Amino acid sequence: MTVPSAWYLILAAVLFGLGATGLLIRRNVLVMFMCIELMLNAVNLTFVTFARDLNDIGGQVNVFFVLVVAAAEVVVGLAIIVAMFRRRAAATADDIHILKG
Amino acid sequence: MNAAYLIVALPLIGALVLLFAGRRITEPASGWLATVMAAGSFVCTVIVWASLLGRSSNDRAVQKNIFTWIPVGSLHVSAALQLDPLSVLWCLFVTGVGTLITLYSIGYMHGDPSYSRFFFYLNAFIFSMIVLVLANNFLFSFFGWEGVGFCSYGLVGFWFSRESAAVAAKKAFVTNRIGDFGFMIALFLMFQHFGSVNYSVVLHSPLPAAFATGLALMLFLGAVGKSAQIPLYMWLPDAMEGPTPVSALIHAATMVTAGVYLVARSAPIIHFSSSAQWVIAIIGVGTALFAATIACNQNDIKRVLAYSTVSQLGYMFLAEGSGDYDAGIFHTVMHAFFKALLFLSAGAVIHALGDEQDMKRMGNLRRYLRITFPAFMIGWYAIIALPPFDGFWSKDEVLAAAWHKSPALWAVGVVTAFLTAYYMTRQVILVFYGEARWSSHAADHGAAGDLGVGGHGHGSGEPHEAPRTMTVPLLILSVASMVGWLLNAPFGGLDFISKWLAPVFPPSVATPFTVPTGTKWAIGTVAVLCALGGALAAFAAWREAVDRPRLEPAVLAHGWYIDEGVAATVSGPLARTAAAFSFVVELRWVDGLVRATSSAVAASGRQLRRVQTGYLRNYALGFSVGAVAILFYLSLRAGS
Amino acid sequence: MLATALLADSSGQALAHASAWAVYVVGAAMIITGALGVILLRNPVHCALMLVITLFGIALEFIDQSADFLAAVQIIVYAGAVVILFLFVIMFLGVDRKEAIRSEPTRFQRPLAVVLGVVVLVEILALSRVDHWATGAPSQAGALDGPGQNVQKLGQSLYTGYLLPFEMTAALLVIAVVAAVVLSRRHNQSAGEMREEDQEEVLSGTAASQSDHGESQ
Repeated sequence: MTVPSAWYLILAAVLFGLGATGLLIRRNVLVMFMCIELMLNAVNLTFVTFARDLNDIGGQVNVFFVLVVAAAEVVVGLAIIVAMFRRRAAATADDIHILKG
Repeated sequence: MNAAYLIVALPLIGALVLLFAGRRITEPASGWLATVMAAGSFVCTVIVWASLLGRSSNDRAVQKNIFTWIPVGSLHVSAALQLDPLSVLWCLFVTGVGTLITLYSIGYMHGDPSYSRFFFYLNAFIFSMIVLVLANNFLFSFFGWEGVGFCSYGLVGFWFSRESAAVAAKKAFVTNRIGDFGFMIALFLMFQHFGSVNYSVVLHSPLPAAFATGLALMLFLGAVGKSAQIPLYMWLPDAMEGPTPVSALIHAATMVTAGVYLVARSAPIIHFSSSAQWVIAIIGVGTALFAATIACNQNDIKRVLAYSTVSQLGYMFLAEGSGDYDAGIFHTVMHAFFKALLFLSAGAVIHALGDEQDMKRMGNLRRYLRITFPAFMIGWYAIIALPPFDGFWSKDEVLAAAWHKSPALWAVGVVTAFLTAYYMTRQVILVFYGEARWSSHAADHGAAGDLGVGGHGHGSGEPHEAPRTMTVPLLILSVASMVGWLLNAPFGGLDFISKWLAPVFPPSVATPFTVPTGTKWAIGTVAVLCALGGALAAFAAWREAVDRPRLEPAVLAHGWYIDEGVAATVSGPLARTAAAFSFVVELRWVDGLVRATSSAVAASGRQLRRVQTGYLRNYALGFSVGAVAILFYLSLRAGS
Repeated sequence: MLATALLADSSGQALAHASAWAVYVVGAAMIITGALGVILLRNPVHCALMLVITLFGIALEFIDQSADFLAAVQIIVYAGAVVILFLFVIMFLGVDRKEAIRSEPTRFQRPLAVVLGVVVLVEILALSRVDHWATGAPSQAGALDGPGQNVQKLGQSLYTGYLLPFEMTAALLVIAVVAAVVLSRRHNQSAGEMREEDQEEVLSGTAASQSDHGESQ
């Protein structure tokens, strides 16, 4: 009657993979952040799927928390980015490499 | 009899005091301290000897235990003394001559900066030698054996800032070591066969001939090293680098006689092996001849005497190998007297001429050295073995024993006697007669010690006689060289030494033999004729000329090139092997291995550094790889 | 499900089934498109907009699974606030700079990243096929199905069973705000006083706005 949960899981897995790949490929810090958001969303989808599967509201509660924490994380992360790249607008993640050994 | 402990203790105390407080004791106090200690030891030896005399002749072996040294399993070694005729006799002349030489050194070493160190070594040496002769087992004796080797090293290399002295000291020690190796093998054999190294056990058991031969030869190897016989004699002439009192004490009277003592002590062992006896006799007489030939062409006053010592030691071994231990020991005692006299006189000459040791630059000293000259002449007369002084009687006994053993040995001994007379006369003429070839400048700077330290010019431009502390021993030794033979004259019941040593050499140990009196007279006459012939030959050759190239071939001057031969075959390759090990194996491989470890660590660190690219994304990649790996593991686990 | 509630008969069931699938497919298409756009487009603003599309797709999937409240919150918070924040910062730091997509300093990065992405995907799928990961313990949080609205059940679980995490996330939010303020503050500056770098720039004749003369970090 409804879509079997496997499909949602596949979708979430694909989204997660795309997010991970994008995180490793892109150099613009903000786009890297967005890829992290993709991954978080994939996780949310999985949680919701399993909540329905296992008949457990806890899955959705978890999504709630993930959302909140993701929001807080974005705030702090963007503040850091702003602080770091205040002067140079085109700064990329590659420009911070002082810890090169 | 408890004075026996003092014999050992007094020189030890002197040595220890001088070792720790020597810097603070100034000269000449340290010298007098050492002399008093040595003299005290001599007095105690006399007391012990007297108390032994008081006993009947069968009862003259007393054991005195100091402490138990090695109680390990079946091996029981004590630091203990055995006071019997042989050891006490040796101790008498060791301490006696030692005291005289220590007294002599007070004047000779005057002005040397390391004055106290010298007397420390002298006392330590006397202590070690006493332990060597008084020990009651081979191992404790070996302790003294090594001690005298060490003190000899310290004394020969006393002026170690001089490279030749340091090298000579090393040579003495290393050559001695080879002999010590023999002694050690003997100790091992003893322990293996007897389970003990005590004289009481080893010397009173019958032995199979083969084992006795091996043991005797090993002990003789030790004696060869210490007493400078062939093939381990090379260290003795070089040991003349040490101060003259050292040469007198160690290399004339005491240390080199340790080998003779060892062979005498081991007589019961040697008795069971006739081949060992032949070996000892042949090496003895061969060395005597060999050294005498070299002595004929030495220019250094002390080196002549050094080779002469080697030669005379050969005579002693000849006697012992021929079975006549009394003769050998008699000759040892006589030799101690006149050789010490000769060395000390030579020291006075050197002192007078400001460290000149080359005889070609001496001459006509009899006018100036009124005491030394007669003393030297007495010693000369004794050593060339003309009656009635010491050397004649003892050498006669030796030659008689050699004749009994084999006329061939006797013949070689006689030729050696001829050469002995020749080179000693040559020495006397070059030093005391003829033209004065020394410079007044040298004489003016007569100084104590061969380093020319603290010279005290007298402004007279003439050689001056030695101070009293040096001439008194000369006088005493001169008297001893003249009448010492009365200790064992072969007539009138004056053979004190033979009777004294009889308990130690019973017939079961030294088969007695008699040489017919007529033969003895003949042997004696031949010996005297040879001595006179040698003296006359030298007189004729050296009276006028100072340089006689035909009589001084280079091969003799260089000691038959033995030293060079050894250097080429042994020390050269040894040095090269050592260099190879040091520079190739050690530096490249061993060090290289260590360095390879460190450089491997550094290199791996450098490679690992490349992981730290600094790029955030690379680190994120690392994360992902890790996460993937964990997921992989989980999926494997899940699948199973 | 909205669709199933409306159509109760079998053809209605088939229709409901089909409509569920249709929603799923549309949502999936949006998600995939948006994700690919995020990781492949050069202009960061375009990436942000594609992210919005993805988030909308996720919301659709939530709805398809009867998580109504979460779908709403997703739209409001994620698409409405987080992405706006992103856009703010993009504007702030200069929007018309394009990332040099072509070049890549570490050459192994890209292929390895793709490989890793694929591997992650495969592994997750492999893991998800396994049945016995669930512990089977009864739910602490409450049942999903049953009487009552989704919001009501969510709220009940949140304020009773998950109260402590709730409070902690509240504190977390406060901390995040404070952190944002602290991090983006300019240092060592009182009112009216210039920073040293600004002083030097003025003195040497260059202005702070010319960011090409930025000093090394």
